[in-house]
Formats: sequence, C-alpha cells, structure tokens
Amino acid sequence: MLEFMEGSHAVAEIVKRCRPQVIAAYPITPQTHIVEDLAQMVANCEIDAEYITVESEFSALSACLGASAAGSRVYSATTSQGLALMFEVCFNAAGMRQPIVMTIANRSLGAPLSIWNDQQDSISLRDSGWLQFYAEDNQEAADLHMIAYKVCEDHDILLPAFVCFDGFILTHTYEPVALPTQEEVDAYLPAFSPYQRLDAANPLSLGMYATPEYYMEFRYEVDRAMERAKQAFIKAGREFGEQFGRDYSALVEGYRLEDADTALVAMGSICGTAKDAIDEMREHGRKVGLLKIRTYRPFPAQEIADALKDVSTVAVLDKNISLGNGGAVGIEVKTALYGSGAAVYDYIIALGGRDVRKKDIAAIVDLAEKGKGDMFYGLRTEVL
Amino acid sequence: MAEVEGGGCELFSAGHRACGGCGPALAARLLLKATGKNVILAASTGCMEVFSTPYPETAWGVPWIHSLFENVAAVASGIEASLKRQGRSEKVVCVAGDGATFDIGVLCISGAFERGHDITYICYDNEAYMNTGIQRSGATPYGASTTTSPAGKCSPGNLHQKKDMPGILAAHGAPYVATASIAYPNDFMQKVERAINTPGPCYIQVHTPCCTGWGFESGETLNMAKLAIETGLWVNYELVNGQVEKAKKVRRKPVEEYLAKQKRFRHLFKPARQDDMIANIQAVADANAERFGIDIKRKESSE
Repeated sequence: MLEFMEGSHAVAEIVKRCRPQVIAAYPITPQTHIVEDLAQMVANCEIDAEYITVESEFSALSACLGASAAGSRVYSATTSQGLALMFEVCFNAAGMRQPIVMTIANRSLGAPLSIWNDQQDSISLRDSGWLQFYAEDNQEAADLHMIAYKVCEDHDILLPAFVCFDGFILTHTYEPVALPTQEEVDAYLPAFSPYQRLDAANPLSLGMYATPEYYMEFRYEVDRAMERAKQAFIKAGREFGEQFGRDYSALVEGYRLEDADTALVAMGSICGTAKDAIDEMREHGRKVGLLKIRTYRPFPAQEIADALKDVSTVAVLDKNISLGNGGAVGIEVKTALYGSGAAVYDYIIALGGRDVRKKDIAAIVDLAEKGKGDMFYGLRTEVL
Repeated sequence: MAEVEGGGCELFSAGHRACGGCGPALAARLLLKATGKNVILAASTGCMEVFSTPYPETAWGVPWIHSLFENVAAVASGIEASLKRQGRSEKVVCVAGDGATFDIGVLCISGAFERGHDITYICYDNEAYMNTGIQRSGATPYGASTTTSPAGKCSPGNLHQKKDMPGILAAHGAPYVATASIAYPNDFMQKVERAINTPGPCYIQVHTPCCTGWGFESGETLNMAKLAIETGLWVNYELVNGQVEKAKKVRRKPVEEYLAKQKRFRHLFKPARQDDMIANIQAVADANAERFGIDIKRKESSE
C-alpha cells in the first residue's frame, strides 16, 4: 500500500523496521527530521534501541563503532559538515570492518556556508572504505537501507555503508512510498549476527596498529571486500525484488539507452528530472538515454563500460567538484570508458542547491552533442 | 613497598614493548588485577596502546579495542549502550593518556560524563605526549622542559599550570573521581574496584612517571612517584559526589628533592639556580597541601 509521506519519515520508518539496537546521532540540517522521528519512536517504545544523544557527529560515529564492536546493529545519519567532522572515524570504522549503516542527507560543504543540496559531502569520503549507495527517490532511499544492512553484515563483506539521498530535494519532499511491514522486513533482513565482538568470554584485541610488514595487507583486504560487495549487492537487490517487487539487482540502471546515441550519466534525484527531459527529447526524435549509477562505491566501471558500449557521446552530471580536476564521477566514468571511442564530457551542476530543470538537461545534451563540455553549467556570469 | 594483592592473576602479560621502568605499564598490570576478567577496555592512541598491541601481538588478556586518539569516551559510550541493550555484565573501562584526556579528547569525555554512561575512565598521567617524543600537554607541570616547551635562554620551560581534570569531571556530576599513584598499588587497585562498582561515569587519574620523558634512571620509577606525593606536587585524593572525601597525608619534603632528580627540571638548577621558579613550584605544592589538608601535624601519625 502506498502512503504519502516525507522522505525523512520514510527513511526513519524503514530504519525502525531494520531493528538497530543502538542509534547515535547529532542534529544537522537537512538530516534532522530522520533523527527526530527515530527519537520519538524510541520515546514511544516503538523501537527497542538505545538512543545516544551525542555531543558531536564525531562522537556519533565513534559511539556507533563501539556499539557495533560490542555486537549491536547500529545506525546513524548525518550530512555535510557533520560528515566532514566524522572523516577520521569513517576511515577507522571501515578499516576495523564494522558494518555500520549511515544515512547521508546530501548537502554541500562550506565555505561559503550552505545548507542546500549537492553531493560533495559523501563523494569527498569516496576513499574511506564505505560503500556508497545513491537513491533517486524516497522509495529507493527507504529500500536501500534494508539492502545496505544485508550487504554490510554479510561476513564476506563487513564494511560500513552510506545510503545517500539528496538533502531537501528528497529529505523534505512528500512522495508516495510503500512501507513493508515489520514481518516482511524481518523475513528479508535476519537478526544481526556479528562476525566477532568484544566479549569477556572470548577476549580479542580490536584496532591494533600495524607496521609496514602488515599494513598493506589490511588495505588490500578492504579493497577485496569492496569488490565482493558488487556481487553481494546484486544478490541482495535481487532477493529484495523477489520479495517486494522492486528490483535493485543492478549497480547501474539504464533508461531508454537501447538505441541511444547520447547518454547522460548521473546519481541521485537528478535522475528523475533527467528521465522526464529524455522523454521530451525522445518526442522530438532525439536518441538520448540515461545511465543511473546506484553504487558509487564500489564503482561499477565494467558495468558502465558495458552499458555505454554503443553510445557515441556521454554527458556526466556531477553535483560535486574535485577542485582542480573536474567532477569526481566524470573522472571515473572517463576512466571506465577509456579506449571505448565515446566522447565523454563532464558538467558541474547544482552546487549548493542551484536548481536544475528539464531545459537545463536538454541544454547539456545539446552542448555534449556539439562537443562542448568539461565545464560548469549554469554559472551566473553576471556575479563573477 | 606494599605487597600487591591478587598476585596470582596476570591479565596484562609480560613481553610487551614498553621501556624498562615504564610507569604506565605497571598501571596497566595493576588495573587488570583490580578489574578481573569481566571487563571491556577501550584504549586511546598513545604509548600504552602502541607498546601493548603491535599486530599480531597483544598483551591484553581481556577484550580490548582501540579506535582513535581522541574518541575513547565516545567509543566506550557505544559499548556501554550495546551491553545494556544486550543485558550483559561486563564493566566498561577507558584507558587513555594525559594528552588524550586533558587535551584532544575533552569533547568526547565531557559528552560521555554529561550523559552519565556507566563507565570508568582511567587516565594514566605521565605529564606529556610521550609516544610522539615528550611534547607538553595540559597535564605537564609548571616549569617542566619538554620538546615543545623547552627551557632556553628566554624561557624557563612550561609556563602553564596543570589542568584540573578531576575537578572538571567532578563538576559534570561524576559520582566518583579519584587520583592515585603507582607508588601506592593497593590504593590504586581499591580505587579502581570502587569506580567500576559505582554506577555512572567515574574517573581515576593515576600518576605514572616516565623515565624516558622525565629523565631519570629506570630503576627509580616508583621512588619518583613516591617523591611526587611526599613533596605535595601530586596528591592522592577522592572526590565523592564532588566533595573531597579522603586525601593521603604526608610529612612534606621540599619540592627540590623531587625536581633535582629529573632532567626535565634540570634547567632550574644548572647552569644557574633559578630560585624564583623553584619558589613558584613550591607554591604549587603548598597550595595543594592547603586545598587537600595533607600536612601531617605533630603527634598525628600517617594514615
């Protein structure tokens, strides 16, 4: 049954049904509605969890790490400056192989201070060892949390994950969402079974330091787990489809790509706008399609190369910038398509919440087909 | 030297990589004698973490976790919450140096104590960042020369007074706060037992001389700890619900007897004696004696 609700509320409802035993979070716009909803659920005894009202995001993730190591399923949510404050713990949690799931309500990073959406925050953590999943709409945002727990807690993976959805554009927007029942979620997501835990009956030392004789092997193991996470995601996404009828078995998803000459590549809510723009362009005979990236980490390079093997022009929409070298997704798509012969252009869009409309998508397709790209799109030159 | 109780139980094993004469290593051993096996330790980055857990070796016979330098109190908060949810009985104990406690970790400690987690926080205080090469911390005493507060032509060493962390944590409403010294092992162990059996966040700051950082012979560690107490520069006391309950009384010796034995204070005596600095340090000891009432009056015996 579809219910009309806010994106943040949908995420909180799903997180509740995933039965985290410890929640630690610190309020930051536009993540607040999620953690407020969860606090109310705890206050109403709708959820059997410890809720730690930490004094910073740094402590939020540190507390999650401790609780996870002690054997609990944990949850947190943050964005932007809060995620930046967690930087050190992010690398640590991944290196310590704790299967923490954290929602990122994507937001830009200061300076200048901006509370509005882009994807600079999570993308800046791309090398931290966290899986990163991006949602197009609120249904997908909710669903990806269940998949994230399943993938992270797989004993062959044991990595943490960001479930990313665009701040305000999704977090504060009302959409129809199908919420599974508790019994349905329990049938999909088994109770947490830690691979190892802090336990007086079986004392282990966790988080030891490694000399040059051992450090590289630890990093290699994380990288291998990242690679295995592709198959784990596909399997978890397929099982999800079988149970709930919404299939997430693809790391990338094509839209009207079959005969396309030009392909857009994007992540997150902009994919919805792009699909509408493509439908309109198709009505005018333009052979345009979209490739949506669902998993930014692990990066589906081969899947992208396979999906775009027949297109001649690729336009990557980047809601971030690796200052000094263009958009982060564009850089990686170009690497994935190296040698394919396709012309790949990158467009920096929507930074700090700048609105992007269907006409902008169409204009970007025009630019790409004219061979113009690797640029900011939508700059207000009059204020420069 | 008093006999150490619980001698048969060694949960902190020999063969770790601490310097000979390491004060913190002794504190670790005594700590586990006091806690026994039913404990989970959370450690900060620092000397103790490094000398006890070079992968794949560990000296810890109890569950132990190290995450970062400054987050041990937050990690412990999460562990405590998890154990509570699971209905488990292990005690949660943080072990952190003075740099992690007085300086970089204050945010996390303040949060954990304000929230009232049932944890015991042990700060092993060797009065500087020893792991990185003897830099000053908020726990470094006035007048000490460290690599970042060096004595020189126009500086007499560290010019800041030691931060009052026990007072700060007592002000958070901690039910039990204590200072201790490795020179008085039974007292330290009794305080640890009391802390872990007191519900809520408790804090123990244990004085752990560092022969490498302070500059004294490695066989002198316990004597140095004892001299700190006997001069009044370190006071063993308890704060129960914020009130001083018990402070160890002494027949005080002049601070010179403590200072002159350590390289970190050598500049106060050579090349020229700095009477003003020594007087300032004596004033610190006098103020301690006044605040805690530690001076033994005539005809009063040592407690």
